Amino acid sequence: MEEAVVQTTHVHAPPEGFIRKHVFSLDHKVIGKQYFGLALVAVFMGMALSWLMRFHLVWPNTKVPGLDLLSSTGAPGGVITPEYYLSLMTMHGTLMVFFVLTNAPFAGFGNYFLPIQIGAEDMAFPRFNMMSFWVTFVAFLVLILAFFIPDGPPISGWTAYAPLSAVGKDAGPGLAWGQSLWAISIAIFCVGQLLGSLNFIATTLDLRTKGMTFMRMPICTWAWFITSAIGLLAFAVLLPACLLLLLDRMAGTSFFIPSGLVISDRLQNHAGGSPLLWQHLFWFFGHPEVYIAILPAVGIVSHVLITNMRKPMLSAKVIIYSMMSIGFLSWMVWGHHMFVSGMNPSSSLLFSFPTLTITIPATIITLIWLGSLYGANIQLNSATLFALGFVSMFVSGGVSGFFLAQPSIDIYLHATYFVVGHFHMVMGVAAIFGILSGTYFWFPKMSGRMMNETLGKLHFWITFVGTYCIFMPFHYLGLAGNVRRYSSFVNDFMAPLMPVHKFISIAAFITGAAQFIFLFNLIHSRFRGKQAPENPWNATSLEWSIPSPPPWDNFGGKHPVIYHDPYQYGVKGSKGDFVMQDSPEQV
Amino acid sequence: MGKLFAAILTLVALASAYPIVTHMYVQPVDISTHGHAIDEQLSDTMAEAGFAFLGAQLLLALFVWRFSNRKNGSNVKHLPGGAKLMVATAFILVGTEVLALGVLGQKAWADVYFTAPKQDALQIQSQAGQFAFYFRYPGADGKFAALHPDKIDEGNGNYFGLDLANDVEARDDIVTAELAIPVNREIQLLMHAKDVNHSFYVRELRIQQDFVPGLDLSVHFTATKTGKYEIVCTQLCGLGHYNMKAYLNVLSQEDFDKWLREKASEQ
Amino acid sequence: MPTKIGYAAVLVVLAASAIAFAGPSGGSVTGKVTYEGTPAKQKPIDMSKEPSCAQQHPTPITTETVVVGPGNTLQNVVVYISAGAPDESSAPPQAVTITQKGCQYLPHVVPMVVNQELKVVNADQTSHNIHPLAKINHEWNKSQPPGTPPFSEKFDKPEFIPVKCNVHPWMHSTFVVLKTSRFAVTGETGGFTLPNLPPGKYTVTAWHESYGEQTQDVTIAGSETKSVNFVFKAKPY
Repeated sequence: MEEAVVQTTHVHAPPEGFIRKHVFSLDHKVIGKQYFGLALVAVFMGMALSWLMRFHLVWPNTKVPGLDLLSSTGAPGGVITPEYYLSLMTMHGTLMVFFVLTNAPFAGFGNYFLPIQIGAEDMAFPRFNMMSFWVTFVAFLVLILAFFIPDGPPISGWTAYAPLSAVGKDAGPGLAWGQSLWAISIAIFCVGQLLGSLNFIATTLDLRTKGMTFMRMPICTWAWFITSAIGLLAFAVLLPACLLLLLDRMAGTSFFIPSGLVISDRLQNHAGGSPLLWQHLFWFFGHPEVYIAILPAVGIVSHVLITNMRKPMLSAKVIIYSMMSIGFLSWMVWGHHMFVSGMNPSSSLLFSFPTLTITIPATIITLIWLGSLYGANIQLNSATLFALGFVSMFVSGGVSGFFLAQPSIDIYLHATYFVVGHFHMVMGVAAIFGILSGTYFWFPKMSGRMMNETLGKLHFWITFVGTYCIFMPFHYLGLAGNVRRYSSFVNDFMAPLMPVHKFISIAAFITGAAQFIFLFNLIHSRFRGKQAPENPWNATSLEWSIPSPPPWDNFGGKHPVIYHDPYQYGVKGSKGDFVMQDSPEQV
Repeated sequence: MGKLFAAILTLVALASAYPIVTHMYVQPVDISTHGHAIDEQLSDTMAEAGFAFLGAQLLLALFVWRFSNRKNGSNVKHLPGGAKLMVATAFILVGTEVLALGVLGQKAWADVYFTAPKQDALQIQSQAGQFAFYFRYPGADGKFAALHPDKIDEGNGNYFGLDLANDVEARDDIVTAELAIPVNREIQLLMHAKDVNHSFYVRELRIQQDFVPGLDLSVHFTATKTGKYEIVCTQLCGLGHYNMKAYLNVLSQEDFDKWLREKASEQ
Repeated sequence: MPTKIGYAAVLVVLAASAIAFAGPSGGSVTGKVTYEGTPAKQKPIDMSKEPSCAQQHPTPITTETVVVGPGNTLQNVVVYISAGAPDESSAPPQAVTITQKGCQYLPHVVPMVVNQELKVVNADQTSHNIHPLAKINHEWNKSQPPGTPPFSEKFDKPEFIPVKCNVHPWMHSTFVVLKTSRFAVTGETGGFTLPNLPPGKYTVTAWHESYGEQTQDVTIAGSETKSVNFVFKAKPY
């Protein structure tokens, strides 16, 4: 096992002045909160977009009052046009996947808690860290700009397949500057992520305090570490892909565009490119990306569950190795998004095997969670409820993966609502539950105040039942062949499915409304919540050994020394049924 | 609260399984020769997925019911068998089942992709372009004339870009907006993309294949039941994607011949 | 007698008014547009992908690239004064309308004056997306969901603009944006009249979407009507 490393000092001076303390801060805690705040804005925007989408699908020719003010071309008289629906969908996906699911669980909580959990005063490169947030913020602004340009946001989906995304405005409204802004925004986002990932990796390797061996790091620290390794490699591929796309759009190159294409009655002046090249590049990033979205949540949920079960997992090591296997296998499966894409059908079979194999570590983790619940003493607060809800969602979403992993079944289910149901449950809802669990768990530490438990539980119940009501029916629609990314359902076979869509839309509005309970709770508790003690959950990891909220240098200039792993629960400790990591007492 | 969680989770799990178990939303009738293998695969996977889903959710509900906020809570205990049992279960149960599905499922895939079309398969070319499908039959000379994208003139019905003025071979090609085929006859559908990615999806045929600009792709299939079925585009291709469809019209050989003659006279 | 003189006076006044208020000077050009040769076959349009439109045409409509009438007449020819008429100071106040009905553009050819209001109407149950493929004017592309009100646009430079519907590939039309308001479109008889031409030398142009342009010069003296005919060469392909 590795020797514990004596921390070398990478500190910066105490921050002074409003700008240094709260805006251009080098403090990983402030940066973490900034990422979290950005994700919060993005998630409510993404949710509003999904409401517009669900509304349009069920009531297609009804005016949305005021929408024509945002876009008079996209919503003349407040009625959403087909292209505006697609641009709402594109922005929904882009905001959610990049600015919410990559930001909050990884950059948000990871930035805040990774240094603390390993006993460090800050990240290894505080300036890179600050840059990474502000670069991400600029990416966000560039993306949002697309809403305000005359031609509107892009309509090619968050996946931006070429040549639709590459040829420019001939292919339709939204594909002029909107698409270019998208590619520029995502390229900038990649830079932010790369800076962040470098930081996480260097910090985890270099700045662990004395006694903090790798296996004594909490599971969520491991999750952030593994995620940052995946992120470094994945975003390094997306960045050049976006640059190539921009070159095709603006410099007349043809990386993704073959010759002979006639669009809007015009022969396109390109030759030699391959649309499949975009798909390979995108999904080579895109599949690891979904693990970037879920692994931190897996880590957070494990962390929350251990504390609230008052016992360790059956084996934290097994969970950690399983997360590593998932990280490793995630590089081999990207072609499962391309089974019917025109790729060599033998490749499709090859990709299906690692895809099916990834079920094994995912199942191991799930079974460890379930098995660990046996004999536990579960404390059912809001954080725990969302963590348990995560387990349920992870199972539901994962199980639909069995179908999609098989190319023969994918022939029928590809591009239907079955796929949309799968990824929303396993990535959208589950990862959000992980973020929410983390929020309820760590809010006391970050703000020094407790959140309102009653509101938290109410938020949980509506969200848990609500998200099942929204996304489970997507699978049934998919089985009936309901195609995805349609702005209206005008086909013969889709008319009988409209009642299901109505049910989903109504569930979506109710569930979405419940998120305002959370927002209210967040804001109200920040100012009026009960004072939080240092360790409200009687937890063992290092973040609970420092004040709530922590001082700017986390440990007050002291370097903690670690004696235990973070799983000392159900033991006879001096403070109760647990022993903290930095406590020298014997177990 | 633990009991409430368990109760609601159980309800949600059972309610989720209900539409599947009662076959409320199933695939439409299979009119293809290869589809039964896909359907069998789907139903085997459904059974396995169902057990895994219900098993996991009900186990979660059970454990939360029994082990939350316990009165003598300090007696936490470990599941006998521990992590080793969980790992073994995962490997054996899930690993073999899931991989078996993968191995067994190869045949359904191979039936579609690894068998060559028969020599006498009827070749029909389809073109997908924003936002309609058009089809071309070779006509009396049995040959598909060359395509000239610069000669596409949709206002004139020249969707494929045939050089009718100079290319005599092109004049007998039959261009239609409907894919009519004779029943029980193998069809090889040649797929040409005019502008961006599209996809050919007929639920009843259990066929889905993307059109890729620059690539000559094809699928082959045999329809076993007459009738009209919808062909829909499933690859996002622009604003009209939702409205991009055509009809597959499976006819008796006699009706098909009549239809083809009629279409030929319209060219 | 006062009555007789009264009547005569009224007659003189009436005659003078008739001459004075006869409007601008009354020369005109009229003619007929015909073709010789075999025109391309017009094909029936299969609208099965849009059932709400297909239903409106129990007998399918055909393509309209060459629409002929009895006696070899050619329809949808825009005949206009391309030179010799004074520039118009402003566009006519009334709008020109194009209607999307039964997945067809009505009319098939829409002449208008520079900066004249063009009203676009969707009378169908499906969304249309009208896309004038302008090269000189500003190119735009607008969706019009069913039931939404008509919208207006205008073009500020003369151009022959092919128009397509992005959603329904068979729908085609042409916007003919002219500097002059002196134009006519031939109908079934192939005939046209360009009235109210002051005396002078004019160039008359006839434009057909498949057969191109032809011009002829004509001189109007006084208020005569000159006859100008055009014959286009048709080709089967």
